[in-house]
Amino acid sequence: MSAQTSEHKTMSVKLIVWRQKGPNEPGRFETHVAKGITEHHSFLEMLDVVNEDLIKQGKDPIAFDHDCREGICGTCSAVVNGVPHGGQKRTTLCQLHMRKFRDGDAIYLEPWRARAFPIIRDLVADRGALDKLIQAAGYVSCHTGGVPDANSIPISKPDSDYAMDAAECIGCGACVAACPNGAAMLFAGAKVSQFAALPQGQVEAPERVAAMIKTMQECGFGNCSNHYECQAVCPKDVNVKFIARLNREFHKALFKAKAGTFTPVGE
Amino acid sequence: MILDGKSPTGPIEQSWDKHRFDMKLVNPSNKRKYKILVVGTGLAGASAAASLGELGYNVEAFCYQDSPRRAHSIAAQGGINAAKNYPNDGDSIYRLFYDTIKGGDFRSREADVWRLSQVSNNIIDQCVAQGVPFARDYSGYLDTRSFGGAQVSRTFYARGQTGQQLLLGAYSAISRQIKAGSVKLFPRTEMLDLVVVDGEAKAITVRDLITGEIRVHTGDAVVLCTGGYMNVFYLSTNAMGCSVTAIWKAHKKGAFFGNPCFTQIHPTCIPQAGDYQSKLTLMSESLRNDGRIWVPKKKEDCGKPANQIPEEDRDYYLERKYPSFGNLAPRDISSRAAKEQCDEGRGVGPGGRGVYLDFRDSIKRFGENVIRERYGNLFEMYERITDENGYKVPMRIYPAPHYAMGGLWVDYNLMSNLPGLFVLGEANFSVHGANRLGASALMQGLADGYFVIPYTIANYLKDTKPGKVKADNPECAKSIEDVKGSTKKLLAINGNKTVTEFIRELGTLMWNNCGMARSKESLTEAIAKIPAIREEFWKNVKVSGAGAEFNQQLENAGRTADFLEFAELICRDALHRDESCGGHFRVEHQYADGEAKRNDADYAYVAAWEFKGVDKEPELHKEPLKFENIHLAVRSYK
Repeated sequence: MSAQTSEHKTMSVKLIVWRQKGPNEPGRFETHVAKGITEHHSFLEMLDVVNEDLIKQGKDPIAFDHDCREGICGTCSAVVNGVPHGGQKRTTLCQLHMRKFRDGDAIYLEPWRARAFPIIRDLVADRGALDKLIQAAGYVSCHTGGVPDANSIPISKPDSDYAMDAAECIGCGACVAACPNGAAMLFAGAKVSQFAALPQGQVEAPERVAAMIKTMQECGFGNCSNHYECQAVCPKDVNVKFIARLNREFHKALFKAKAGTFTPVGE
Repeated sequence: MILDGKSPTGPIEQSWDKHRFDMKLVNPSNKRKYKILVVGTGLAGASAAASLGELGYNVEAFCYQDSPRRAHSIAAQGGINAAKNYPNDGDSIYRLFYDTIKGGDFRSREADVWRLSQVSNNIIDQCVAQGVPFARDYSGYLDTRSFGGAQVSRTFYARGQTGQQLLLGAYSAISRQIKAGSVKLFPRTEMLDLVVVDGEAKAITVRDLITGEIRVHTGDAVVLCTGGYMNVFYLSTNAMGCSVTAIWKAHKKGAFFGNPCFTQIHPTCIPQAGDYQSKLTLMSESLRNDGRIWVPKKKEDCGKPANQIPEEDRDYYLERKYPSFGNLAPRDISSRAAKEQCDEGRGVGPGGRGVYLDFRDSIKRFGENVIRERYGNLFEMYERITDENGYKVPMRIYPAPHYAMGGLWVDYNLMSNLPGLFVLGEANFSVHGANRLGASALMQGLADGYFVIPYTIANYLKDTKPGKVKADNPECAKSIEDVKGSTKKLLAINGNKTVTEFIRELGTLMWNNCGMARSKESLTEAIAKIPAIREEFWKNVKVSGAGAEFNQQLENAGRTADFLEFAELICRDALHRDESCGGHFRVEHQYADGEAKRNDADYAYVAAWEFKGVDKEPELHKEPLKFENIHLAVRSYK
């Protein structure tokens, strides 16, 4: 029970971190040393220590996105040693702890890199494109009020569990950053699959998938070529089977379009 | 001043329906002429913006996060209450109403709580229609579980991610309106001032967090849904960006602050491990359905591994002291009970600040797989933070600052004393009284946003000419100048201490003096010390960078500056309320067995404070609370 020992051994790690003042400024790597770090520091708490030092020296602290620090808001977003969120399975960066590193380690730190995610500053990227995907059709169209009683439409437990597996996505964008094509298909696939499994989402399923795929292209996301890197880095373990479901739903929409029972947006 | 909460009269069962009928409507073709500013896009804000957009109003929605999906509502784990009585265990709107009034230790307004209980059922329907994947049983119907302070099973949940799923539902509803053009979204934008023209809230001044631009947005009404202020304790379960800033600025512009000292300490958090720590992590209260809470009976056993402490040497103190509610005793009571055990020297873990939450018996009864299915993600989270396996050794938990029941004072229409300023969700003071029951925060956020504000805002707008205030109004220009001025001032100080050092110092003082237990001495001490920290802050804080750029230090500095003013108000409120109730425990007022002793004769009112200046004492106004349906009684969970 390591947490119960009151004295913690400390370590130092060398950070080779990406610094970039703004979207149109050139970026570069800069080296900083984090000292006095214990195994119980989270990765972001280690960055806090470095930033306190930088501020005291009158230098700009490293800008990084974070908020809930409990692995659920999806705000934290940095690539550690080439892996979004740092490579511990099912873990966001804020939940990665320094016990996973060793004294003297050199750690490379970069922002999400994808065409659809321009860099705002240092480790902060603009993930607004993911919101655009949801705004395109990532919802069930129901007005507030005037809906039936919640138990009037039973949903089988396996369907509901499947929808929940998909709905676990926190929209952090690690899947995009890990994909060699900068694709958002795991993100979009999760949303499409969640609603495709539920009776509430059925009616507008073809419109949803067609609009989301069109918007993905407009936002500059690439396509899936089955590398599965997205699943490997996903902090919520969202499964690539949802990309297959996305493709299947898209083909269903195309068939419907051919049969004349559905007209995709913009055509 | 005696405040009027504008509660409807007549039988409580008809109060909301009658009020809805009595309120005036805005003609559908006139709605598009009005612009409503919604600040914050969590459960309350996103649901309000979506519902108002659906109705045809022009809505501008603002959040400091990069997306509405990241609001702190997302972190709620356990569930949302509703009085559906699906399990047929005796629940009703009246029982939810009763439990909430009692849970809040008789310090909330009856009519507001009735309405909350009534619309709770609509919320579940609404969320299911949006595709929120609530837990279901094998017959396909919705599943429920129990939470603290209730003896029925009325909590609907989506694994351990209920807040996330409900927020994503509201986020999808607001996204649909953004596409439809009725809601315009401004992410990474922080409200830094409220503009009041002729006594009415008509605009907000914001900072674009990417470019640093400071600008004003005018509207016909302002709806604040900006969450809670528990980061005044520095370490809390709130997200790092949660602040008092928006409601504090509104308070400084004349909005009364209701019951600021009513703060909730959550019993089920992971104990603090070291000084570097930036926040505390909550483990869902639902764990108490299957986990048993205990400490060693003998002090000398506290250092031993749990499995070496025999059954007869374990004190299951909640089950012992509160046999009918046991491990599901309400949060304030469970928190205090844990503190009491630790104060007596029977705490476990570093510094003796922890109690065990033990799943051994449940694992024996149901098997590890069932427990894994119910709470797997929480066990994983616990292991990541503590490096301990909760299936093998009992978890350690300790209370932590979690939720603010206090907030801006609002009437039954959720309007503050400033006409045109509405306050929803955790940002207002309304329904939770002195203590919030589990799974009620999500309920309130969505009730206010989906099912209250769409009706009550019309009642204000019907008397308002659209577009009364334009951006060239002198009040708008003055507000921009003020905000620019304080930003410049912060950047110019260039002192020696960082913002974090100040908020940590303030937080420690607040936790020690105005935390789980308060006394006249501790509060007087805090009130004396806070101005000195504030003064030093404005002389010696170091904020690097510039105003016209992405500058997280500047954001933090502004929020900390507001906490430094607000902290004094909490302590003043706690000092004046010379009784114990709910989350507000004055050590001077307790029964022989340590239970909180309320004083209904003198304190059955809402304390609403009026700002008089940073270094001046605020003025107290009272709204007397009437209990016509539920008789004031000593709150017992034994």
